[in-house]
Amino acid sequence: MSHTTMNLKVKVWRQRNATAAGGFVTYDVAGISDEMSFLEMLDVLNERLITEGGEPIAFDHDCREGICGMCSLYINGKPHGPWQANTTCQLHMRAFKDGETIVIEPWRANSFPIVKDLTVDRSAFDRIIQAGGYISVNTGNAVDGNSLPIEKAKADDAFAAAMCIGCGACVAACKNSSAMLFLSAKVSHLSLLPQGAPERKTRVLSMVAQMDKEGFGSCTNTGACEATCPKEISIANIARLNKEYLGASLTAE
Amino acid sequence: MLDSKIPSGKLDDKWVDYKGHCKLVNPANKRKMEIIIVGTGLAGASAAAAMGELGYKVKAFCFQDSPRRAHSIAAQGGINAAKNYQNDGDSVFRLFYDTIKGGDYRAREANVHRLAEVSANIIDQCVAQGVPFAREYGGLLSNRSFGGTQVQRTFYAAGQTGQQLLIGAYQALERQVALGNVTMHTRHEMLDIVKIDGKASGIIARNLITGELEKHFGHAVLICSGGYGNVYYLSTNAMGSNVTAAWKAHKQGAYFANPCFTQIHPTCIPVSGDHQSKLTLMSESLRNDGRIWVPKNLGETRKANEIPEEDRDYFLERRYPAFGNLVPRDVASRAAKERCDAGHGVGTSKQAVYLDYAAAIQRYGKIEVSKQGLTNVSDDEITALGKEVVKEKYGNLFNMYAKITGENPYEVPMRIYPAVHYTMGGLWVDYELQTTVPGLYALGEANFSDHGANRLGASALMQGLADGYFVAPYTVGNNLADAIYNAAIPTTHPAFEEAAKKVADRIASLKNINGKQSVESFHKRLGKIIWNECGMSRSEAGLKKAIADVQALKKEFWSDVRIPGEINEYNPELDKANRVADFIELGELMCVDALNRNESCGGHFREEYQTPDGEALRDDENFMYVAAWENKGEHDWTLHKEELKYEVIKPSQRNYK
Repeated sequence: MSHTTMNLKVKVWRQRNATAAGGFVTYDVAGISDEMSFLEMLDVLNERLITEGGEPIAFDHDCREGICGMCSLYINGKPHGPWQANTTCQLHMRAFKDGETIVIEPWRANSFPIVKDLTVDRSAFDRIIQAGGYISVNTGNAVDGNSLPIEKAKADDAFAAAMCIGCGACVAACKNSSAMLFLSAKVSHLSLLPQGAPERKTRVLSMVAQMDKEGFGSCTNTGACEATCPKEISIANIARLNKEYLGASLTAE
Repeated sequence: MLDSKIPSGKLDDKWVDYKGHCKLVNPANKRKMEIIIVGTGLAGASAAAAMGELGYKVKAFCFQDSPRRAHSIAAQGGINAAKNYQNDGDSVFRLFYDTIKGGDYRAREANVHRLAEVSANIIDQCVAQGVPFAREYGGLLSNRSFGGTQVQRTFYAAGQTGQQLLIGAYQALERQVALGNVTMHTRHEMLDIVKIDGKASGIIARNLITGELEKHFGHAVLICSGGYGNVYYLSTNAMGSNVTAAWKAHKQGAYFANPCFTQIHPTCIPVSGDHQSKLTLMSESLRNDGRIWVPKNLGETRKANEIPEEDRDYFLERRYPAFGNLVPRDVASRAAKERCDAGHGVGTSKQAVYLDYAAAIQRYGKIEVSKQGLTNVSDDEITALGKEVVKEKYGNLFNMYAKITGENPYEVPMRIYPAVHYTMGGLWVDYELQTTVPGLYALGEANFSDHGANRLGASALMQGLADGYFVAPYTVGNNLADAIYNAAIPTTHPAFEEAAKKVADRIASLKNINGKQSVESFHKRLGKIIWNECGMSRSEAGLKKAIADVQALKKEFWSDVRIPGEINEYNPELDKANRVADFIELGELMCVDALNRNESCGGHFREEYQTPDGEALRDDENFMYVAAWENKGEHDWTLHKEELKYEVIKPSQRNYK
């Protein structure tokens, strides 16, 4: 396979801290190989900024293999960039053309305040999990793993929902900044399994209450979340969440 | 000689007896005891959850924005447990035996046996938490095989087992946060241990958002910060994975054991250029069906698919007919390196070998034809059917390969090369997971204890969760029972002030260097030195040169590194500088350890010590010990030995031919 190098412009959101005013700054980046990952392209730019005496662009990232959920970035108007079912760290420069201008913004949502440049604070997600995104079982209480057979189809559906990496792309893609896909994935994962049944009602009510408290918007079923989700979490989970929520509201003590 | 405090008695009874006799802390007193946990991967999150459940006051720290990001999340293959659900002859003893043998007889029998004993509890606990393991149609748990074993004992959740286990532990941890038993400090990095009267009594942590240094008291401190593979710069570790917490512990008196035991994983996507920031693992499970080969002819110019069978060298099948492509990781990696060094490598860099699925696609295609009772099937149809089967089994891995390389692995063989993946070495701990500093513990990959000189697949997840859920809650309690009379020490104590000042001074001196070169450029150079001389193959001359090179690099780093931004703000370059400074010191110790170990075993291959046919040559007479290094000052370490006594297993040469 032959490889090409390209020269690009990147237009990046720069913001010193949570309270400072921010703005776009445009940089030229030259000699970018199409074999590089998107974040490696930013590494190259940062290396240059540092040696020139400037300040590198701050962005969150860690595993760089699409599973930790730490990377974000709104690239040319799309969370995680142009590829389907993909995270920013797995996006490669093959996706772009020589001479192109790439616009890079942070996740835009009031519930994800900016820390610096492209880094945002997603601790609201942790607080939603704290509100009930677990099964209350202390260590050492468990019975034998095979004492509770679970239908394969249900186990597979629970797994499909549990694949959520908590990156927040669903919120960033949504015009209302709704966290319903994230929340519904966790509620689905736990309510599909018999182990999750005892807390089924309280879980959904208190997680939804926490989501509202964090200021995430309402769901209007446009499906932008599903379309952008790097793990292809299905919007059917939101339907399941609504059913769980309604059932719990009607029968709660 | 070091005392590992292994309980007396028969191997099978040690852990049961220990649990039956260890000291306990009553619930009212547990509420007064504060425990600090550094790192929230499988070991840290499970320990924080389990100890919060017991009623201790836990403070947990991670450098990421959420505990759910820890790199345990990236583990693909699975987790071992001696459940014998498959009725294929598995037992606690077999898991114990396989782990000791896989580790090339450099692990401690009592610890490994305990690991095998609690392995079954881990699966039960995770199922109860709602971890969606793969299941059979009958609703029961499914298992698969992994390298170095003859039974099916690996539990899995597609290629995302680490993710599902970590989410389980994370949820248990967040539940304790909600209950007020655990306080979670995200985006914090531990930068020193505070010792009072020789005992670990707290930490200094930097708030990575504000740059502020915080003092935290603890009756015990647990280091659960993972391994140090990023010393090589390029590895399968996450970008933020670092040795800093463990290294600070080492500088405060905790011995560092077997630092040269590092695992190079044979199947990773090769380096594509100087811009490369990390390497991506392709699961070991691919070796179940893929065939590894290189061209026989030097200077081969044909494309892979144009090279006929007679011009291909399936070198693993040739050298190891009994295990073939499924030899353990260390053996497979060395064999690939040997062929590339001999000039048979492929791809533009010539530092890669082929992992070929063409034969598997044909084989599965033919099975499908017979399963579906098809007749008059063309070759193309067989291939298409075979591709479907391969897609179902390995689709997510094939997709990942295609995204990264831009090539279609269903059509052309994948190119793979070994990469740094895991570190068996780590902080020396006794049977109770306590380091040589009282009150300071190390769990999971951060300690050295269970994998000897080579770790078997699907054993890292097992060890992290064993330490956190089932071992530390007992052993830490045993030592805290005597501390109930000690009130919490206020952080105004001079020891805290001194430690905080020391950390602040170091940060200031790093920042004030104001040199010309970036942190990243130093890290890359360090990685090249360690990879070339203390990687897959090591020699006396090379290691001596590496030690000198690392020392020179350290000097240059401390006189010419450039850290932009301010100290009191969110400054990832400063965070990185702190970590790379520690990696440089660790790099030197790794070479010192590799130079001391005049034998080859597991992942440690010294060119001077090999059999005539190029296999690792162990020296049990002289090196049947754990090398635990005490830091004495700059470039200065003293070796302490822990003799390894094999009472149950008789060491023999590993043979995979």
